[in-house]
Amino acid sequence: MFYREAGEFKTTYAKDQQTFPIALDRWGYFITLALAFLAVPFFINDYWANAVVLPFLIYVIAALGLNILTGYCGQVSLGTGGFMAVGAYASYKLMTAFPDLNIVFVILLSGGITALVGMLFGLPSLRIKGFYLAVATLAAQFFLVWLFNKVPWFYNYSASGQISAPERTLFGQAVTGANAVPAISYLFCLVFVVVLAWAARNLTRGANGRKWMAIRDMDIAAEIIGVNPLKTKLTAFGVSSFYIGVSGALLFAVYLGAAEVGEAFGINKSFLVLFMIIIGGLGSIFGSFAGAAFMVLMPVLLKNIMVGQFGFPTDIAAHFEFVIVGGLIVVFLIVEPHGLAMLWRIAKEKLRLWPFPH
Amino acid sequence: MSAGFYFGVEVFLNGLMAGVMYSLVALGFVLIFKASGIFNYAQGVMALFAALTLVGFQSGQIPFAHLINAVFGTELHHFGWKMPTILALIFTLMVMILFAFLVEKFILKHLVNQEPIILFMATIGLAYFMEGFGDLMWGSEIKKLDIGIPQGGNFWLEEKTATLGGDGFYGFYLDNLDIWATVCAIILVASLVVFSQYTKTGRALRAVADDHQAALSVGISLRAIWVIVWSIAGFVALIAGIMWGSKSGVQFSLSLIALKALPVLMLGGFTSIPGAIIGGLIIGVGEKMFEFLIGAPFLGGATENWFAYMLALLFLVFRPQGLFGEKIIERV
Repeated sequence: MFYREAGEFKTTYAKDQQTFPIALDRWGYFITLALAFLAVPFFINDYWANAVVLPFLIYVIAALGLNILTGYCGQVSLGTGGFMAVGAYASYKLMTAFPDLNIVFVILLSGGITALVGMLFGLPSLRIKGFYLAVATLAAQFFLVWLFNKVPWFYNYSASGQISAPERTLFGQAVTGANAVPAISYLFCLVFVVVLAWAARNLTRGANGRKWMAIRDMDIAAEIIGVNPLKTKLTAFGVSSFYIGVSGALLFAVYLGAAEVGEAFGINKSFLVLFMIIIGGLGSIFGSFAGAAFMVLMPVLLKNIMVGQFGFPTDIAAHFEFVIVGGLIVVFLIVEPHGLAMLWRIAKEKLRLWPFPH
Repeated sequence: MSAGFYFGVEVFLNGLMAGVMYSLVALGFVLIFKASGIFNYAQGVMALFAALTLVGFQSGQIPFAHLINAVFGTELHHFGWKMPTILALIFTLMVMILFAFLVEKFILKHLVNQEPIILFMATIGLAYFMEGFGDLMWGSEIKKLDIGIPQGGNFWLEEKTATLGGDGFYGFYLDNLDIWATVCAIILVASLVVFSQYTKTGRALRAVADDHQAALSVGISLRAIWVIVWSIAGFVALIAGIMWGSKSGVQFSLSLIALKALPVLMLGGFTSIPGAIIGGLIIGVGEKMFEFLIGAPFLGGATENWFAYMLALLFLVFRPQGLFGEKIIERV
C-alpha cells in the first residue's frame, strides 16, 4: 500500500538506473544516513561504541571487501585475517615513520599496500580454482601472520612484539590513541563505511562489476566473450584487499589501539568475515551490512542473556556461544542459503503487493 | 659419514612419521569428499570429539557434569568407575556412528544440491557446534589419553644406530608412538582398500563417488551411503584423535590438526586416498627438512606453520588438481 512503485515516473536514464528506484527505499536510506550522522553521535557511549557499533562498522568494510572477491568474483578466500594484518601493520609503520602524515591518508595508504599484497597472492588464482584456491589463500594467512611475528622490523623492535597506535588527530580531535572520544571514533569509521559502501555499490554495477560477475558465473565463457581473466581477477583481488586493508587498519588504530598479530588477525578472523558474507548474502552490498550486524550482535546478545539473565559461569556461556553460533549457521544455510539479503528481498516483494497479494 | 648427515636422516625419518600423522587426518577428508563432494572442515573437530569421548568413557566422567552443576547446584563429576579401554573404544565408535546418522538427518539431507561453498560453510558451522558441544559435554581442561600405546623414544633403534655417526651422534631418536601410528595407518589404508574393492558396500561407495545420479539410478541409496561414509570418517577421526591425543593431550588445539591436513590434501588431490598418504609424507618430510636446513638457522624458526601451504601452493601452480587428483576438465 505504501511500498510501491506506482506513480514513480522515470523520465531520465539516470533515474532509471538509480540504486533505490522506490521512493520509500530512498527516503529510508536518507533517513538512516541522517540518523547515523546527526543523532547517533550524541547518544553513543563507551560501552555501545566498543561492544557493538565500532566492530560493526569496521567489519562491514571487511565484509564488503570479501564480498567483492567471493560474492561478485567467485574466488573463495580464507586469507582475510592475514590481509587485515597487512593493513594494520602498514598503518602502524606509516604512523610511526611519518608522524605528520594525516591519519586519513595513513588509512588509505595502508589499504593501497594491502591491495598490492593481495594482488600478489591473487596471482595463483589464474591456475588454481575452487577449493584448491580457498586452501591456497590459507597460505597467505599463515605466512603473513608468521612474518609479522618473526620480523622485528614490522613491530619496531618493541619488546612485547605488540604494536600500539600513537595518538593522531583530525581537525583537532583525537581519532586514535587513549584520548579518542567514542563519538569521534564512530564518526571517523562511519565516513569510511559510507564512502566505501557507495564506491562498492557503484563499482559492482559498472563495467568492472560486470566483468567480475562474468568470471564468477563461468570463467571460460567470460574469456571467450573478451573478458581478460588476468586483469579481472587481479582487480577483484586488489579492490577486495584494499577494503580489507582499510578495515584492518581501522580495527587496529581506532578500535583495538594495540594488537598482537596471532591473536587479533588469526584464522578465526578469516572465518568470521566469511560467515558474515554467507549469512548476509553473497554478492550483495546490503548483505555485507546485515551479516556484519548479525555476527557482531549475536555473541553480545547471547552473553548478556546467559551470563546476565541466567547467571551461567562465563566458561559455560562461551561453550554455549560456540554451540549456538555453529547451530545457527547451519540452520541459516538450510533455511535460506542466500542469506539475510534474500530474506530482505522476499520481504520487499511481499510488501509491494501487501495487503492485496492476488 | 658425518654426524650432521645422520641428523639429517633422523629429521627425515621424523618427517615421515609426522607425515603419517597428517595423512591420518587427511584420509577422513578424502573419504567424505569423494563420496559426497563435501569438503568437511569438521574432520579435525571430529577427531577432538572422538578423543574427548574416549577419555570420558574411560575415566567414567559424567557427561554435561559442569552444566548440570551450574544449573542445579550439584557437585557431580565422575561415576566412580573406570571402563576397560576396549569397551570405551566400542562405545566411542557407537557415538561416532550416531553422530554420522544425526549429521545426515539434520544437515546433509537438507542441503542436497546446494553449491559446494554452502556445504563447506555448513561443515564449518558444524565444527563450531561440535567444539562447543564437546566442551560442554566433557569439560574443556586438558586431558591425558592413555590406551596402552607405548610412548617415548625407541631405545632398541637408538642403541642399534648409535655406532653409526661417530662421537656427536647418539643414534636415531624415533618416538614409539609415531611408529605405532605408522603401523596403524598402514593397516587402516589396507583395510579401507580391501573394503572398497571387495565388498558390496565398498563398491556402492565407489559408485557414488563416481557419479551420484548414475548410482541413484541403479538403486543405491545415497543417504545410506552418506551415513556409512561419515561413520567411516568418524572411525578414521577416532584413530587420528587417539594418536594425536596420546601425543599431545586431548585439548582444543587438537581440532587445529584439520588445518595441517589441508595442504596435504591440496598436494595429494582431494579425491585420492594414496594421494592423501603420499601428500602427507611429502609435507611431513618437507616441513621438517626445511625447518632443519633453512628455517631454524636463517629465518628464526616456526616455519612449520606456513611452509606446508607454500609448498602446496607451488605444486598447485604446476598441477592445479594436485598430484593424484582427477584431472579437472572444463566445458563451456
